[in-house]
This record gives sequence, structure tokens and C-alpha cells, in this order.
Amino acid sequence: MSEQEQKRKQRTERSTETSDLTEETSVATPKAEQLKSDLDDLLDEIDEVLEDNAEEFVRNYVQKGGQ
Amino acid sequence: MGVRSNTSVPVSTSSPMAIPKVIGVETEYGISGGPGRDPILASSILVNTYAQQSRTSINWDFDAESPGMDARGFPSLTSLAPIVETHLANTVLPNGARFYVDHAHPEYSSPECRTPIEAVLYDLAGEEVLRRAVLSGNTTLTPDDQIVVYKNNSDGKGNSYGCHENYLLNRSLDFVDVVKAMVPHFVSRQIICGAGKVGAETDVGQATSPPFQLSQRSEFFEEIVGLETTLKRPIINTRDEPHGDAERFRRLHVIVGDANMSQVATFVKVGSTALLLAALEDWGASIFPASPRQPVRALHQFSLDTSLETTVMCDDGQQLSAWDFQDQLWELARRYANAKDTSSVGDEHEVEEILREWREMLDGVRDDRAGVADRVDWIAKQRLVEGYAERHNLGPTDARLRAIDLQYHDLRPEKSLSNRAGLRELWKKSEVLAAVFDPPTGTRAYFRGRCVSKYSDQIAAANWDSVVFDLGGDPLQRVPMMDPLRGTAALTQELLDRCPTAGELLAALDA
Repeated sequence: MSEQEQKRKQRTERSTETSDLTEETSVATPKAEQLKSDLDDLLDEIDEVLEDNAEEFVRNYVQKGGQ
Repeated sequence: MGVRSNTSVPVSTSSPMAIPKVIGVETEYGISGGPGRDPILASSILVNTYAQQSRTSINWDFDAESPGMDARGFPSLTSLAPIVETHLANTVLPNGARFYVDHAHPEYSSPECRTPIEAVLYDLAGEEVLRRAVLSGNTTLTPDDQIVVYKNNSDGKGNSYGCHENYLLNRSLDFVDVVKAMVPHFVSRQIICGAGKVGAETDVGQATSPPFQLSQRSEFFEEIVGLETTLKRPIINTRDEPHGDAERFRRLHVIVGDANMSQVATFVKVGSTALLLAALEDWGASIFPASPRQPVRALHQFSLDTSLETTVMCDDGQQLSAWDFQDQLWELARRYANAKDTSSVGDEHEVEEILREWREMLDGVRDDRAGVADRVDWIAKQRLVEGYAERHNLGPTDARLRAIDLQYHDLRPEKSLSNRAGLRELWKKSEVLAAVFDPPTGTRAYFRGRCVSKYSDQIAAANWDSVVFDLGGDPLQRVPMMDPLRGTAALTQELLDRCPTAGELLAALDA
């Protein structure tokens, strides 16, 4: 196994561990709760400011190509 | 342009020395609304009303423009003489920037900045100029025709427009080495600097139907090296138009990159690139990682894989991911900053900030994405898109997700989603407002901007490398500025302060 591959393997293992850890603790940690609640607030705001007719808004946004 | 050097630059075995990385960022904004939904007319309304409102309507001088010049040293068969579209609005601002209509978009080209953090400030000043232009332009329009601008790079329907970076390089650097050294960075930096996009819109992108990808721009690139900017876009653009003394300078025109809403992303995008270019000048191309065997394919694949796991085969036989490239390039930049004087990029504090943010973003995109959602645009955007889809149980192609993508880049404070995404700021609002009017002090933009503010009635035109005065009866008088590092506050402030008229200024310059 090349050094590069080894590094990647170690990293993959490490990130797997990290995500396991996050899963187990995500409900409990205040930081994760804070992030979740920030996101909820943000999604509320999106509901308020998002263009009313998203379909039409997206369809009408047509640009001429540039550089 | 009188003098042009060509491929006969001697190939030297030793590398040239790093020169100050004078930096400019130019952004073509997306635009909607306007009378008849004509984007050229709408863009002209913005530029013209802004010019009138700010009482400066200095024309841009096209005499020295030659976008067809090719850095490889030959006139391109596809290059055309510059098209002088005199009917299109075009103006020079008191901060030294150019604000004009390019193709069918309003474009703000920042003044020449001396460091990456300053480039961030003047990019933000550009957003403010656009905001003000929209406010004043819209007062002349009916409610149905109100104009909205977006700082993004695509319409989601296969049309793209750019955010280009410019870096001053030592002319004696061999262009072949620029290509060799910089391709790995330009294909991989999107993992931290990509602005994110819902879906895909070109054949190559749609082939994998990604719900989300890293970059707005990447899927539009088709060549490794070339002169084009609107068709067959190349990773390395060869436009050789230094806007300065062509014997001494080269301007690297980077067209592969997204317009960022995150200030930190702009800082790291520009800062990392400037550091690597300085390392290239001081140390040569041999210390850079080998390029992917298929750079264009790598650029696409990396953008289309938000897991960041895709690896590509390199010229030296290694398989590397975009993250691996960035890791190696960061190590290189770190070694460079440890070993050499990096004042060509910024002071020690700024260079350390670039390296710190770059490293944190790099580690964050791999190990802690929530932790860098305050500075990596594609992660901030993806968080909104995925959170919203989950809350309302939406499929990946729902128009509301595309609307979120668009509104992330909306410059209206009441509609902007990037404003609400908790992105960290590097500059205060008051500093950005000041930069709308005050030019950078460390480049010739200072002289240009001050002249535009102080002698606007007596200036016939201006461009990057000259200011043309009209004193009445005499022939027009051109003040050339062929060195981007002259015309600074240190060299001209006292003179500009003491000359109340352009006539006195020119007399003092002659003396």
C-alpha cells in the first residue's frame, strides 16, 4: 500500500470514528443542539423570505452567458 | 500597447524573484427585471444612474486594451480586435474600480489591491456599489420592471458568467511553469472556495444527476489552457494583457472560480493563490504536486462529489483526491512562508491568517462541516438546502431548492439568504462603505481614484494604465501608469493634496 493510500485509509477510519461519535452524542451535546436550533430559526426565516412562486421565479431567471 | 514580449523570454534555470502580487477581482453579476427584460438595457440603467448619482461619469479609455494577446506569445487565430461598444455604459469610480456593462451583465472590476484582505474589502465595496446602483436605478422604473442582481455564476440553465481574479506576475516567469504549477490548485480549491449549486446544467454535469455540487462554475470548463473566456473555457487562461509594462509584468487572469458570498472564502481563495504564485516565482514549478492526467475531468469530478472521496490519476502515477491536492499545496505554502520573505503577498500577520483559515477550512470540510459552515459557501448553502428539503419533505429537483440557491446570492438585504446563514465577516460595514469611495493606497488605483474624485471635470477618460486629462484648449494629456506599484499614496498623496486643479497637477508632474 502506498503512503498516500495508507494516509487515506487512516483518515477514513478516523472520520468514520468521528461520525459514530457524533451520532451517539448529537442529541446530548449542547453544541449540536445549538446548531440544530440555529438551523431551525434559519429555516423559519427562509419560509418567510423565499420568493412566493418558486417555480416561476426559477423559470424566469435566465441569463445571457458571459465570460 | 507599444511593446509586447513574446516566447523568446530566455528560459532560465534559476527562478525569478517574487514580485508584489497586485490583485484585482472582477465580478459579472446576474441580473433580472428591467424594461422589456432586456439585460443589456437593465445593466446600462444601473451603471448610468450610479455614475450620475456619484457625480463621476468618467469614460473608460479603450486605447490600450488588447484582450486578444496570448501569453503563449502568438496572436491567436480566434482573437479579435477589441470591440469598442461605445453605446455601453462604462465608468471609473472614485475608489479606482471600473463599473460597466460586459456582455449582458453589470460588471464591477475592483481597483488594484496590494494584499488579499484588501481584495476582499474592494470586492465587498463592489457589492455595495451594485446595491446602490439598483436602488437608484429602480427609482426610475415601474414596480413591474424593478431590477434585481445576484452575485452568482450561473442561471441553472446552462448559462454562466464569471468571477475572475487577476494577479501580477514577474514577466520572466515561464508561462509553461505557471500552467504546470497552478493546475492542481485550480482544479482542487473548489472544495473550500466553491459557492455550491443545486443540481447540474451541462451534459457533463447532468450525466451523474447530482442533487448538489461544490461549484457554480466548474462544469462549464472544457479546456486546460486557452484564450477563450465565454466558450470552451480553459482552466488556465492565456490572455496576455498586463495593463502595465509588458517587459516586466505579466497578469495572470484566472477565470476558474466562483463568486463568493463568504468573505473568508474570498480571502482564502485569493490568499492561497497569491501565496502559491509567490512560491512559484521564488522556487520554480518543480516543487508543485504533479497535475491530474485529465485536469478538466478532475475539475468536473471533484465538483460533482460532495463526499470529497473521488481520486484522480496524476502525471506521476499517484491517485489523489481534491483534498490531497489541497493538503500538499497547503504544506508547500506553509514551508514557503517559513523559509522566505512573503511580503509580496502581505505582512506576516496576514499571511499567517491565510494559512490558518485555509488549514481550518481544509480540515473542516473533511472532519467537521458544521464547524466551517460559517465560512465555506457550499457547506453553508447545502445546509440550507438540505434542511429545507427535510423540513418540507421535498425531492432534490424541487423548484424551492433552486430558489434557495438563487436567493443565497441575492444582494437585497431583505431577500438575501447568505446574509442570514451566519457567515463570518472580516470587514465592518463602515469600512466597506468607506471603500466605495476611497481607493486602496498601495497601488496606482490610488492616483486614478483620487484624480476621478478631485478633477472629474477635467478628465476625458481613464483606464487601468493611464488617466487622460482634458484641460480645454490643449490636446488631451495622457498620464501613463505603466507600473501598478507606482501612483500610490506614499508617492502621490502630497502632490494630489496640494494641486487644486488638474492643470497644476500636470505642471507639477512635468516639473
